[in-house]
Amino acid sequence: MIRFAASRLLSLTVSLLMASVVVFAVVEVIPGDPASYMLGLNAAPEAVEALRDELGLNGTLWARYFGWVTGMLTGDFGQSYTYRVPVSDLITQRLWVSLPLALFALLISTLIAFPVGLIAAARRGKPSDYAIMGITQLGIAVPNFWFAMLLVLVLAVKLHWFNAGGFPGWENGLLLGLKSLTLPAVALALPQASILARVMRSSLLETLTQDYIRTARAKGLTRAQALRRHALRNAMIPVLTIIGLQFSFLIAGAIIIENVFYLPGLGRLIFQGITQRDLVVVESVVMLLVFSVILITFLVDIAYAAVDPRLRSGR
Amino acid sequence: MKLPIQLIAGLVLTTIFSVAVAVSFIWTPHDVTILTIADKLQPPSEKYWLGTDHFGRDMLSMLMVGARTSIAVAIIAVGIGMGIGVPLGLMAAANRGGLLDEVTMRGNDLIFAFPSLVIAILITAVFGPSALNAILAIGIFNIPVFARVTRGAALSVWTLDYILAARTCGKRALRISVEHILPNIANLLIVQGTIQFSLGILAEAGLSYVGLGAQPPTPSWGRMLADAQTYIYSDARLAFLPGIAIVMMVLGLNLMGDGLRDLLDPRIRRER
Repeated sequence: MIRFAASRLLSLTVSLLMASVVVFAVVEVIPGDPASYMLGLNAAPEAVEALRDELGLNGTLWARYFGWVTGMLTGDFGQSYTYRVPVSDLITQRLWVSLPLALFALLISTLIAFPVGLIAAARRGKPSDYAIMGITQLGIAVPNFWFAMLLVLVLAVKLHWFNAGGFPGWENGLLLGLKSLTLPAVALALPQASILARVMRSSLLETLTQDYIRTARAKGLTRAQALRRHALRNAMIPVLTIIGLQFSFLIAGAIIIENVFYLPGLGRLIFQGITQRDLVVVESVVMLLVFSVILITFLVDIAYAAVDPRLRSGR
Repeated sequence: MKLPIQLIAGLVLTTIFSVAVAVSFIWTPHDVTILTIADKLQPPSEKYWLGTDHFGRDMLSMLMVGARTSIAVAIIAVGIGMGIGVPLGLMAAANRGGLLDEVTMRGNDLIFAFPSLVIAILITAVFGPSALNAILAIGIFNIPVFARVTRGAALSVWTLDYILAARTCGKRALRISVEHILPNIANLLIVQGTIQFSLGILAEAGLSYVGLGAQPPTPSWGRMLADAQTYIYSDARLAFLPGIAIVMMVLGLNLMGDGLRDLLDPRIRRER
């Protein structure tokens, strides 16, 4: 187990290093000089020179890359050019919106998908199974940002149950904050829940054909009992994989959804970064997003190996 | 042979959109490049079947031309993914355990860490927004998907007896891959292609919604939804129509993918 964890940790580090090279290289290939790109065409030469100094652009390529990576490792992402504050402060501040949003959505989607997938599998071939399969098929096809707009239209504009957007901040109470994250989280969760429920169903159906289930039935358990006691745990492996994979979709989705609800999260930050040509912000947030995806993949791998010793050898 | 019901439903939906796109090249009810501000936000009428948008453009024509953008982006993105991913997967499988295999798989892992939206953000930050960015971003994200599916399927074909026979005949790995492996995994690739196509439509809509995809005046469904958001209090129709178009298109492709898989893979057909 330790050897397995160590080898995954090594590949995590390699992935991160390669990702940092990619992000750095992309920003490097910007036609012309990043400093004049950020300041625009009419910038005074002195201002450009000052920014070049500030960004450390006068160093060699290697020195800059090395400085950037070691900076990130110590939590120093550099200064935001437009906000004039350390990027790490901006990120921490925005993370308090984006992370709860993603986790909230993950929670909702899991809470919906598990029972729904279970019911569909238990009632396979019956009308309720067909209904669930039909609804989830539709759920996958709905773009989450459009679903978000519909939620706003019905629950906020027509019924006034929720605010159409904005975030009051956690300091005004946990409940108020959660309330303003509810619609965005539901919108994010719907397509994920649909996929997850379908995976849950087919994974359960697959395990139900296994010999040990037949044995369980033979010793007198009903289909539902066999499902609950024996199939459920074994069917969890593919479901876990999908939850892990979905995290990267949740992050991407959150970036778009934040724009529908005007939430001050990482998504807003990155789009402001793009329009204001604040490359330091864009580069840092992208690196952070990539880091979280790689980290989640790593954790899922480790979680499997802990659950299922067969997965420890090879890949 | 009885066709799966999903396949028929999917084919009907996709055909409707394909016909709408084909027709849009020679005829649309109104010209979408002409703004008739006097006719803005008109409800559906005999002149404008689905009404007009905030610039007085005919919604039906906008949807028809918008479908072009969505489908073009998604098709090219699938093409990029297949064109690069499939050969990579075939080579990796042929060199199983070798350096090439290892490098390909590590490269895949790396790209998987960049969701297509993040790729689009990076490209846009550097080159500015355009439909080409959306194509590249979605296409790059498709590469590891196809490489993985190809490699996995090819590996299982490599263990079969007729491949051994081909090797005994002295055929090289490249020829075996092209002549024997590829035709045998084509079914799987077609199904995966349909899935990626529908994901591409969704991704394109998302990207152009946040302004990272097709730029005005090119009509695109995501762009139309972004514009509609301003008018959601007064005229929700503007938000309904493009959304329904996206859902129907994606639903059609997904149903077609499911149907094709059931049709092409007898093993699954028996189990379900």
